[in-house]
Amino acid sequence: MMKRFLMALAFLIPAAAIAAGYSGPLDKANIDQSDKASLQSGAQIYMNYCLGCHSMEYQRYQRTFEDLDIPLDLGEEFLQFTGDGVGSHKVSAIDADASSEWFGLTPPDLTMVARVRGADWLYTYFRSFYVDESRPFGVNNEVFENVGMPHVLQELQGVPRKTWERRLVDGEMKEVYVGIKSDGTGSMSEDEFDQAMLDLTNFLVYTGEPMILERQRMGMFVIGFLLVLLILSILLKKEYWRDVK
Amino acid sequence: MSNAPVDKGRRRFLTVATAVVGGAGVVGAAVPFIASWNPSAKARIAGAPVEMKIDKIEPGQLVRSEWRGSPVWVIRRTQAMIDSLPLVEDNLRDPDSEQPQQPEYAKNKHRSIDPEWFVAVGICTHLGCSPQFIQRDFGAMEGVDAGFFCPCHGSRFDIAGRVFQGVPAPTNLMIPPHYFVDDATILIGEEEGAA
Amino acid sequence: MSFMNWIDKRIPISNSMKLHVTEYPAPKNFNFWYLMGSLAIVVLVNQIVTGIWLTMNYTPSAEGAFASVEYIMRDVEFGWLLRYMHSTGASAFFVVVYLHMFRGMMYGSYQKPRELLWIFGMLIFLVLMAEAFMGYLLPWGQMSYWGAQVIISLFSAIPIIGDDLTTWIRGDYVISGATLNRFFALHVIALPLVIVILVFLHLIALHEVGSNNPDGVDIKKPKGTVKPEDQAQFKFHPRYADKYDIVDAIPFHPYYTVKDIVGLVGFLILCSLVIFYAPTMGGFFLEPPNFTAADPMKTPDHIAPVWYFTPFYAILRAVPDKLLGVIAMGGAIVMLALLPWLDRSKARSIRYRSTLHKVNLTQFVICFIILGYLGVMPATDLYTLIARICTALYFGFFIFLFLYSKNEKIKPLPERLTK
Repeated sequence: MMKRFLMALAFLIPAAAIAAGYSGPLDKANIDQSDKASLQSGAQIYMNYCLGCHSMEYQRYQRTFEDLDIPLDLGEEFLQFTGDGVGSHKVSAIDADASSEWFGLTPPDLTMVARVRGADWLYTYFRSFYVDESRPFGVNNEVFENVGMPHVLQELQGVPRKTWERRLVDGEMKEVYVGIKSDGTGSMSEDEFDQAMLDLTNFLVYTGEPMILERQRMGMFVIGFLLVLLILSILLKKEYWRDVK
Repeated sequence: MSNAPVDKGRRRFLTVATAVVGGAGVVGAAVPFIASWNPSAKARIAGAPVEMKIDKIEPGQLVRSEWRGSPVWVIRRTQAMIDSLPLVEDNLRDPDSEQPQQPEYAKNKHRSIDPEWFVAVGICTHLGCSPQFIQRDFGAMEGVDAGFFCPCHGSRFDIAGRVFQGVPAPTNLMIPPHYFVDDATILIGEEEGAA
Repeated sequence: MSFMNWIDKRIPISNSMKLHVTEYPAPKNFNFWYLMGSLAIVVLVNQIVTGIWLTMNYTPSAEGAFASVEYIMRDVEFGWLLRYMHSTGASAFFVVVYLHMFRGMMYGSYQKPRELLWIFGMLIFLVLMAEAFMGYLLPWGQMSYWGAQVIISLFSAIPIIGDDLTTWIRGDYVISGATLNRFFALHVIALPLVIVILVFLHLIALHEVGSNNPDGVDIKKPKGTVKPEDQAQFKFHPRYADKYDIVDAIPFHPYYTVKDIVGLVGFLILCSLVIFYAPTMGGFFLEPPNFTAADPMKTPDHIAPVWYFTPFYAILRAVPDKLLGVIAMGGAIVMLALLPWLDRSKARSIRYRSTLHKVNLTQFVICFIILGYLGVMPATDLYTLIARICTALYFGFFIFLFLYSKNEKIKPLPERLTK
């Protein structure tokens, strides 16, 4: 009982800290919504590493597969680990009450996380986990202080540590912080991991607004049409206003 | 007030051109409003084909399923039911299923792929009530025991869903697209090989 | 034409068309600022039509609201477009209305005999704010919820009855499904109805007194004072022509219809740029936290109202007392409504008014914009200080105006409209 109480107390802090903003610099996420390969790779990472805890309850599998050019049967076989039919929403397998107990809060739905946080934040966040033994899961995050989740992508990235190097600064040798470096035990190189995180970010931007490409394409037609109408209406106005002196 | 002569032709042309293009714009703007009344992704997914197990159905039994929110009947016809089909033909509006109320493979006397298995949308073609399945004393004709009777306005259909003459319903019952996946399974709502 | 005759004997369509459209005398020197009125009507129609379509798929309940908005965005064909048209339209409405109001202030359109016209306009503005505020609750996102929580709590500042009143408005001890449902009812039917009626009255009042213009001088001169060849050479409805000698006027149709169409198409292009390429407008039209479902247990880091409320919100925050803050915020709007009686100048248009007035109006606009900016920023010591200075200057505008306008040194007013 006491142990559970302490666990709960330990997790209260991240729950409160979730609101704390991060105002430092963010890495630019150069995403491309029309890059289907990137989106597919992002979807794969999401389904394998994130969906276990984080639902996407507003997005249907079928919509994702169709938009990303993934054949429905392949999608169902290789990407759909939960849910009844391909038409269903992506709901995580995790039980809300249980997860609330483990993590101090129910892992949030991430369908629209990119609209809340922005792509750059996500891209930076994914790459900012670092080892911090004082934390319950042994990791912390640069942009999301006291984050309440483990580093689920460690098998890809390797163990990330804050790293200092001795460098010559103004003629003196100093310990200089050089960022978070992986120990190289992950299955991906640093560049591969960055690319994977870019893909994941791209995918989350997509799920936030799956009609984004359709919207932009339609806009061209609508505005093109309005420009024609604008020219006509200006000519018409000028023609009539010749009466007015 | 300028005294320059008004170029009536140019004015007329510009008025018409602007009105036509503007009118096209209004029509275009109406498209999303009209299209939004189509079945949504949710409705389309709810209307996806349904699979049904048929190996437990007894002869003479009707089993209901739901497809696009409507009842779909699957009936395993008895030999007596099949034999009764030619008897009623003179009293039917459309005994040969000329009206497009069925897929091509059900355009036959028994209105089904296999004479034993009858699949139909259980909605009266008059005003949309769901007819009752009558197994005994159908009362439409001597020697015909089974058929469908719509309680709303008294329309009658034979055991192949063909409408009788002299009732309000205009056409035969609708046969949905369907096919046998295997001996024990039927898929309702999709043609074979469509996926 | 006999069909029109038949109709006209029963309802005076043709006469009304002439009276208000084809033979309505409008000053010929309307500029850019005079587009806003017709644009506001177009936006109103857009809001009503897209709003009706949104209700077709929206679920007004605390359990279903947020998901139903995403259902509209994802599952309904073109639902995203309808929603973005509505959300962009809301902001566009305020853009247009603020410009429209500024036009009125610039050219003294509130002055005699247009006081009631101005009052109707202020009422529309007030109801529009209520309409927008209630509409913002409906998506049931974090900003919807906490924004409503904060704004409704303003009523608790009222002495004695405040707390009970707040609870009554919410129908619960916090914002809840009960609040959502009543806001939905008011947002989709009651307030739009009031707005439409007020707009109708606004237009009736406008056509009774006639439009002002950038020169602020009348186009209707007393009968018999203008030589026929100097009068406007267009046919105007006898209702106007019999009473006045009309100068420098043109019929509303076709001249201002074709001009307004140009303005409308240009406006639609701007709106399309937002709808198709920046529907959230960088978080100003749709705020990022609102893409998270409402959570009564957790307030977002920073709550700001949508941009069109921020000037008034900044005034509220600038005052260190709860009740006085609410009074200041209300007063900021009341002062605007009192303009016809605060401004005692003999000239309407800024073109003929004193440098002092130009400076005063300019500082007012600058303060309004700064307040709008401060309203979206977190309150820091510096910002609060600036907000206080701007609030003082905001009210100062009206006080100065009242003081100097009576004996203001104006430039000589022209007899006729200038270019």
